[in-house]
Amino acid sequence: MIAFEGVSKSFDEGRDFAVRDVSFSVAPQAFVALVGDSGSGKTTLLKMINRLIEPDQGTVSVAGESVQSMVGYSLRRRIGYVFQGIGLFPHMSVAENIGITPQLLGWHQQQIDARTQELIDLVDLPRTYLSRMPAELSGGQRQRIGVARALAARPQIMLMDEPFGALDPVTRDTLGSEYRRLHETMGLTTVMVTHDVMEAVLLGDRIIVVRGGEIVADGAPHELFNAHPDAGVRALMDMPRRQAERVRILLQERASRE
Amino acid sequence: MSERFAAAARLLPDYLGQHVLLSAAALSLGFLISLPLVVAASRNARIRWPVLGFASIVQTVPSLALLALFYPLLLAISTGWKQLFGHGFSALGFLPSLLALTLYSMLPILRNGVTGLTNVDPAVIEAARGVGMTNRQRLLRIELPLAAPVLMAGVRTAAVWVIGGATLSTPVGQTSLGNYIFAGLQVEDWVSVLFGCLAAVALALIADQLLGLIEVGVATRRPRIAWAGLAILAAGVGAAGAGSLAAGGPPAYVVGAKNFAEQYILADVMTDRIRKQGSAATARIDLGSVIAFRALASNGIDAYVDYSGTVWSTVMNRHDSLPRQEMLQVMKTELRKTHGVVLLGALGFENAYALAMRRDRAESLGIHTIADLSQHAPELRIGGDFEFFARAEWRALRDKYGLRFREQRQFQPTFLYKAVASNEVDVISAASSDGRIRAYDLVVLEDPKQVIPPYDAIVLLSPARASDPVLQRALGPLVGAIPIDVMRQANYMVDRDTQRISPTQAARWLEQQIHLQ
Repeated sequence: MIAFEGVSKSFDEGRDFAVRDVSFSVAPQAFVALVGDSGSGKTTLLKMINRLIEPDQGTVSVAGESVQSMVGYSLRRRIGYVFQGIGLFPHMSVAENIGITPQLLGWHQQQIDARTQELIDLVDLPRTYLSRMPAELSGGQRQRIGVARALAARPQIMLMDEPFGALDPVTRDTLGSEYRRLHETMGLTTVMVTHDVMEAVLLGDRIIVVRGGEIVADGAPHELFNAHPDAGVRALMDMPRRQAERVRILLQERASRE
Repeated sequence: MSERFAAAARLLPDYLGQHVLLSAAALSLGFLISLPLVVAASRNARIRWPVLGFASIVQTVPSLALLALFYPLLLAISTGWKQLFGHGFSALGFLPSLLALTLYSMLPILRNGVTGLTNVDPAVIEAARGVGMTNRQRLLRIELPLAAPVLMAGVRTAAVWVIGGATLSTPVGQTSLGNYIFAGLQVEDWVSVLFGCLAAVALALIADQLLGLIEVGVATRRPRIAWAGLAILAAGVGAAGAGSLAAGGPPAYVVGAKNFAEQYILADVMTDRIRKQGSAATARIDLGSVIAFRALASNGIDAYVDYSGTVWSTVMNRHDSLPRQEMLQVMKTELRKTHGVVLLGALGFENAYALAMRRDRAESLGIHTIADLSQHAPELRIGGDFEFFARAEWRALRDKYGLRFREQRQFQPTFLYKAVASNEVDVISAASSDGRIRAYDLVVLEDPKQVIPPYDAIVLLSPARASDPVLQRALGPLVGAIPIDVMRQANYMVDRDTQRISPTQAARWLEQQIHLQ
């Protein structure tokens, strides 16, 4: 569905590489988590898929076609994009925000209205919210609208950049698992950038660890839990293991006390 | 008081109408030019600095100077244009005012616009790109609507500046509310000055409120409020324009006048004479001394009164001195040849630059002539009008008599006489036909070396009106008809502190005195 071939990108004319000679591909309907520290190049990789960033070298292709040969804005209308900043348009109502991409694509207003209602149901908000302005919503509600907006034109691919990063842990967990369900039911291909390995483990079927612009590990979560040759990856994957261990012990203690 | 108020109110439709039209045109033009610059400057940091820098520099130029600068510039363009296409355009009045005020209006619009656009939340910009907007869609649907309230605040500031600045367009020949202020200042008609100020302030407040309505409508996304504000604003401009048209329409003849009482009176006499010939005529007052001649030479005005010595030195650049009749003869030929301007004739009195002192002060120092003055000059202070120290006559006086004063100050003519009367300065540049010389008991110092050339009041006609029968019939009888004592008395009646009359009334009185029909 998505393929990177020998892709490099530098923001300072070749002195440092944000992404260095990266190749990988994403199968249709996969849920890939790109994990890494800030500055590792994971966001750069993501934004090269919908051409918010252009590669210096190599090819990025979507559905077998190089994105370089497509018009940037038409490409982006076909791909859902959700990011931490959300970026709801403050001067437009919730309904207008959700319906923006269909509108840009020239759908009829009736179709747009039907689609916005469908989506507000899907992200589990009351329909009365459609006439509200973004400023009247909580952070979690805003990101639900952000997801609905990204899904509006029925994209097959969803790109998510720390989508729930700014939310409180409970909301974050709820939204994450709800999105995972949408991913399943709608048959989406999702690439999600996160620095939180726990989130990656819980949501992704495949984790790609990025460091210094290069891929250092790539596999299903359970594979990465096996002793990995790279010390960094071992340390990264050790954390969810220790947390899970601690929770397991606490639960056991509670059970034995009862 | 109430009579002067009524006189001022009668002029309001014309003055206000022209003021509104000028301001609206300048603000609209400024907005239309600024908007693309705002977009370009917000997109590209490299042109942001030059654009904002230029606008800031324009702003630091005093608005009066900016207006004055556009006149010679346009005159040069007009001259070139005429050579290329056969007919020029008037470099006086509306055009220089419009251009200067347009430039003046741009800074707040540019600055606020760029601030508004560059301060749009980067997350919103990223989302706009992410949902697949083109650059144009992003600008029109996201960035401009979000920057609009800040931009509108800049437009409001610009409107207030332009309406205030437009009062300064009077000296370049554009009728505005400034006519009340400039004319009132010259003849110490404070009712007129106050009337002009209040009218300009009221206009600025109303425009600000209406633009504020648009700003609120834009900021709170209630387009109906914004459209309502715009509609009222447009209706106001339309009504003012209609009022201005109803007040006059384009007059057939335009008589120029410089910025003092004698000129107002003579301009009124001349327009009155033209009207009695059955033609429409209007006066453009408060023209700068050199501007008046240039305006005449380029047919911006049809006739005005100047003084032979002034034309001799500032227009013809001559610094020698000839006997009176000979000088007029040379001037007549020269002006016709080099500028196409017709010297119709001398009115019969002289208004020369002279140096004057309080009688008691002059007597206690034993000063009778400018030669005596040079002995005492290092301890004395001299005051001059705005032109005096820049004129060739002053340089000639200074050099021929070796005048070196302790201090040199400039005053608006009205305050000049008050300054010498109250001993703020010891010597002033006075006009020999000025009624205030007698009123303040001043003495005019003799000029034994005859450095100052004759200053006969002369009627000049524009090239286009060189042999115009109406002007010949109307103004011909004025030649040689106005004696100095009649002129001085008329001037005094307008300039004196009590029982003052308007220049128009003085003009009627003067016409009676010289038995003009």
